[in-house]
Amino acid sequence: MTDAVLQTSGISKSFGALRASRDISIDLKPGEIHAIIGPNGAGKSTLIGQICGTLKPDSGSVHLLGKDVTHQPTRARARAGLGRTFQISSLSMEDTVLQNVLLGALGASGRPWRFFSNVLKDTSLRETAEEALARVGLLDQARMRTAELSHGQRRQLEVAVALTQKPKALVMDEPMAGMGSEGSKLLTGFLDQLRHEAPILLVEHDMDAVFSLADRISVLVYGEVIATGTVDEIRANAAVKEAYLGDEA
Amino acid sequence: MIRERYLNALTLALFVAIPFWAITADEPFTITLMTRAVVFAIAAVGLNIALGLGGLVSLGHAVFFGLGGYAMGILAYHAQNYTALTEWPFLIEGTKSMPVIWLAAIVVSSLAALVIGILSLRTAGVYFIMITLAFGQMFFFFAISWAEYGGEDGLSIYVRNGFPGLNTLDPIQFYGLCLGLLCLVLLFAWRLSGSPFGLALNAARQVPVRVETAGLDPVRLKLVAFVLSGAITGLAGALFADLNRFVSPTMFSWQTSGEIMIFIILGGVGRLFGPVVGALVFVALEHWLGGLSDFWHIYLGLLLLVIVLFGRGGLIGMLCGREAVHD
Ligand SMILES: Nc1ncnc2c1ncn2[C@@H]1O[C@H](COP(=O)(O)OP(=O)(O)O)[C@@H](O)[C@H]1O
Ligand SMILES: [Mg+2]
Repeated sequence: MTDAVLQTSGISKSFGALRASRDISIDLKPGEIHAIIGPNGAGKSTLIGQICGTLKPDSGSVHLLGKDVTHQPTRARARAGLGRTFQISSLSMEDTVLQNVLLGALGASGRPWRFFSNVLKDTSLRETAEEALARVGLLDQARMRTAELSHGQRRQLEVAVALTQKPKALVMDEPMAGMGSEGSKLLTGFLDQLRHEAPILLVEHDMDAVFSLADRISVLVYGEVIATGTVDEIRANAAVKEAYLGDEA
Repeated sequence: MIRERYLNALTLALFVAIPFWAITADEPFTITLMTRAVVFAIAAVGLNIALGLGGLVSLGHAVFFGLGGYAMGILAYHAQNYTALTEWPFLIEGTKSMPVIWLAAIVVSSLAALVIGILSLRTAGVYFIMITLAFGQMFFFFAISWAEYGGEDGLSIYVRNGFPGLNTLDPIQFYGLCLGLLCLVLLFAWRLSGSPFGLALNAARQVPVRVETAGLDPVRLKLVAFVLSGAITGLAGALFADLNRFVSPTMFSWQTSGEIMIFIILGGVGRLFGPVVGALVFVALEHWLGGLSDFWHIYLGLLLLVIVLFGRGGLIGMLCGREAVHD
């Protein structure tokens, strides 16, 4: 287990009487895509919040690259190499697409305290930003206002911003939600490659994508991981079928 | 729709043309009015960094305006009385030199902004507004009770402070000095908004969680913006005191904070020239409507209502449409 890039050990979290995370221990190994599936309200986003530091677990710990980050703020985890995409796009809507990726590059550079130079003329930031846009196929939209992007393009931009940080681990919350089938297919192909740069903890509802991408799948139901295994194991798992997959598998 | 940059150029041209006309027409009071507009504009350019870029709705910027005013008042008061401010731990004497006074105003208001910022940035939204308002009231009542410096009556300074190479007693020279400072402050605000810091601050206003996820601290970004903002408004306070040769606790009042915010809302929140257009229109309305009716604030209120309801971007937004995408 020591080679895990990302690891949660027994994290639990309650919202009042609702136990949103129950003793969750999962990990993410180099080069893999570990998918988290489960019905709406199962606690997937809550789990991600605790991994990324926007939520504090009631108990348990989170390790990133072997270091205990349980008590570190989100920004420290980000600087340590944790990239994240949000389920609900969290982009600066008034700004251009380029400005959004520049922010990611700026954060990774760790040098925001420059008050006079023009950020658009910072060649190193700009290269990082444009490269990330090119990789998700948004370079032509660089000068568009983010609010004018289609839903699917915003999801792509979320991924591009995460890429500018050169992450060592990626956590993605439903990156394909609301994308057309064409978009999902493209993104699936992209994530398939990306796993070799940074392993991905992938929360996703699109079962075609999950089954084609995941090295391992964990099934979350009522805040509890009821099964972890390969695609075939999960498909064959009776409890999973009953709790979640239904006829789909 | 007019291009925003033409409107900005036109505004600057007015700030040059009107005083020139005033000299030839021998209307010195117009120069005083224009100086008032310039000083208000500087104060509001300061607030606009916190409000427009950082999204910090501060109703306490009178603190910095007042501190700048009192920095001038206290230094000049001691200079004109030939007394020392303090002799311990080391001797500090008064001064009639504007550059020194400005520096003092900037230092004092930055420090105040740092402390107020650290305390109030723990909150957001309405709480932030209330806390900054409360700080304003604290300083207001402190100034009222500070009998050594005039208490409620304030301090009068007999002769305007000096600037090397200029005769500041000549209204047009003092005006030119203030306009020069406004241009510098605008240049600073413009560079700031396009800088790496400006980019991060702009995002921190819209989606703080994104900024955190990028590895930056949105609260610290806002704190620095608040300090820069307070420093500029403090500088304006020192100029305002020199314009009137008088400081009083009114500079610390919540009405002052409100007026600085009104300049920005009138002109356009977050627009580079929003505070400038707003201050000019405000001073014009104050002069004309104030001459027509004692209740001119009602008309101002109506105008604000129209602007807020129909043009989110203030007068500049109404004339130029929404902000162009930067490149
Ligand atoms: N901040 C919160 N306060 C109270 N309840 C919450 C909060 N966030 C999530 N929940 C609840 O926790 C449960 C899990 O939510 P979530 O993690 O968003 O599920 P998922 O992402 O799997 O759909 C849901 O019942 C949700 O209503
Ligand atoms: Mg969710």
